[in-house]
Formats: sequence, C-alpha cells, structure tokens
Amino acid sequence: MQQEVVLAMLAKEPSHGYQLRARLQEALGPAGDAMNAGQIYVTLSRLEKAGLVTSEQTAGLPDRPDRKVHALTAAGQQRVTSWIADVSWPGPGLAEFHLKLIAAATTRLADPLAIIDAQRRELLRRLRDVQRAAMAEPEGSDAALLLEGIVLRLQADLRWLETCERNWTGRKDRP
Amino acid sequence: MSDMDSTPILRARGLRKEYGRDAGLVRAVDDVDLDVAPGETLAVMGPSGCGKSTLLHLLGGLDRPSAGEIWLAGRRVDRLAERALARMRCDAVGFVFQAFHLMDELTAVENVELPALLAGRSPREARRLAAGLLDRVGLGDRATFLPAALSGGQRQRVAIARALANEPAVVLADEPTGNLDSAATLDVLRLFEDLHTAGQTLVIVTHDSRIAATADRLISMRDGTFIDETRLTGGTRGNLADLAGLGG
Repeated sequence: MQQEVVLAMLAKEPSHGYQLRARLQEALGPAGDAMNAGQIYVTLSRLEKAGLVTSEQTAGLPDRPDRKVHALTAAGQQRVTSWIADVSWPGPGLAEFHLKLIAAATTRLADPLAIIDAQRRELLRRLRDVQRAAMAEPEGSDAALLLEGIVLRLQADLRWLETCERNWTGRKDRP
Repeated sequence: MSDMDSTPILRARGLRKEYGRDAGLVRAVDDVDLDVAPGETLAVMGPSGCGKSTLLHLLGGLDRPSAGEIWLAGRRVDRLAERALARMRCDAVGFVFQAFHLMDELTAVENVELPALLAGRSPREARRLAAGLLDRVGLGDRATFLPAALSGGQRQRVAIARALANEPAVVLADEPTGNLDSAATLDVLRLFEDLHTAGQTLVIVTHDSRIAATADRLISMRDGTFIDETRLTGGTRGNLADLAGLGG
C-alpha cells in the first residue's frame, strides 16, 4: 500500500483505520477489493514511525476493537501537499491519480481541475517529444514502432484526463 | 521558433461573442486576449462547446465579434466592411476545416488554385502555384482527381494546400484531424510540422491531443475563457527510456 495514499485519506480529518479503509473502498470500487485491512494498519504504523502520523487512544465504540485515532503531523501534511502537486513521469498509476483528485477535493488542498491541467501539460510535453522522435525515424522501422506505442499510451492517458475533467467539472464536492 | 518579444501577427483584445439575450444570453467567447507570434504554432484545446471553434471563426473573420478588437498582420480587422473582410479572408487567412470543404465538382488542382484566382492571379500563375503546393503536400500525382476519388487524408492535404495558396499570414485549422484515421492523422501532423519549420503561423483548434502536441504553446479553454496556458517547448524533456519502460 502506498504511504501517500493512506496519508491523503487521513488528510480530511483524524480517523480510525477502519474509516480510512471504508474511504478507500468507496473511492476505488471493485479495483480496491484485494486490499485488506492489515495493509492499512501496517502502513499506518510505518507512517507513525516515520513521524508523519500520530495516534491517540480513544474510548472508541463498543463494537469496534480499534481505538486508535490517527492524525497527520505537520510533516505528514507537507507530504500530502507535495504528493498532490507531483505530476512526474512515469506518471502515477490510474488509481493513484484518481485518489489524488479525491484527496485534493476532500482536503481542499487543490482544485482537481488544476491537477488535471497540470498532468495534461506534462503528458502533452512528453507526447510532443516522443512524436518528434517518432517522426524522425524511418517509417515502419522498429524504432518508430516502439515510439508509436508510447504515443498511443500517452494518448490513452490524455483521453482519461478528458473524462476526469468532464466528471469533476460539475461536481459539488469540488473546492 | 517563436519569439515572445516579436510583434504578434495575430492579436485579439477583449474578444467576446454572445448569442441570445437576457436570461438566455450565452457568451461563447468571453473577454479573451490573445497574441500569436509570427511563426508560432498555437493549439487551443477544450471540451466541445467551450467556444474554441467560435474563437477561430472570429479570428478568421468568418463571424463578427460582439465586442473586442482583432488585429491581423498589424491591421485592425474586426470593423472591416463586408467586402474588405471577404478580401482579408481570401488574402491573409488560410482555413482548414474538419470536413475539408472542398468543391466536389473541381479537381484537386482546381480547388487549390481557386483562392489564388480570386486574389487576382493569372490562370497560368495560379495553376503553377497550385501544382507546386500539391507537390508540397505529396499529392502532385493526384492533381486531376476529383475529391470523391481521394481518401479523407488526401482531401485534407488538398485543403491544406488550398489554405496556403495566397501565402496567408496565418493558417487557422478547426479540428483538422477530426475526420481522419490514425495513418492520415500522421500525414497531417507531418505536414503541419513542415509548415512550422517553414515559418508558417498556425492556430489549431482541436481536441486531438496528437495534433495539439505539435504546438509551441497550448491554451486550454472552458466556458468561453482561457483557463490555462502553457509552453510545450523547452519544458522538462520526457526521458524516452523511462517512457518506454526501460527506466531503472
């Protein structure tokens, strides 16, 4: 489990582990089915050791053995902010980018549309580079074929960004 | 290469286009400022209905703005009388449309020479020019073909040759690859790259990321306004090895 993802889910408010898991399951749908509760607790304890998360014992609920409430430290907050702003390549996986948009909206740290624009800029710059490289190769060459594959992948990512843009444009939970 | 400091060849200030009125008022283009440098390729992207096609029509004098000013090659064009505007469209602007807009009953070379004839060139000169342009777009051997006998990609290349007939100050392209398959798209891409290298100023309105990626500069449009602008040149170069999955 990626640490930033757990941190981002925590950025909205101090939470129990099971609440984080429920948030992730809601955001990921069936793609998150394989994720088990243990992974979240393991990640939380690592984050705590790294000084990014604090935990506090609470009375909890009678039917919940989990009595720890986790919260971000200042360093944790900082990590979430830079994770949301990062649009480097090899880009985030689909789920990571998706969670980034959700985290940005729920924490109000950034406008998901601004993240989409930033990601699009990066992908288009790469597309421009790869396309130029592809056009410089002889048509039908092995080199051109590989570059064409990269072009098609970048295009697929850009199309998904368009879909994200359409979806987030009208949403009420956007900051 | 575009130069930020050079005088823009195309400039718009406070450009606006409204449809309807009162509660039904729609601002298709809403207070837009734009500078295009000579030799620059600019792409405008945005979801359908964002106003990008309307913007292009205003810039090319196909439609009149509700407010604002447009200068093309140093000349104010938004207030031109109808005849002068038609003249400007013919002499100074080359249009490329998604649906090609060729004359079906004219051959390829006749389509290409038409704007040159309208601009007052002699038939012989117009023909020579058109034949040269067809060569340039790789269709020298299709000069006598009717559009119906050409593929979509070939028709668009004829349309691009036609757009160049009067050595326009700017070529305006509206979804030029919208009706093309990927092989034909690639031909148009190569052609636009050639034009760019030759110093032709190009404004492309598109939602095809491939053609947008040929631009020097990209503007994102939403609800009639520019919401994002970025230079695609000189940025962080993508590492091809990483992109190909060879990164360690």
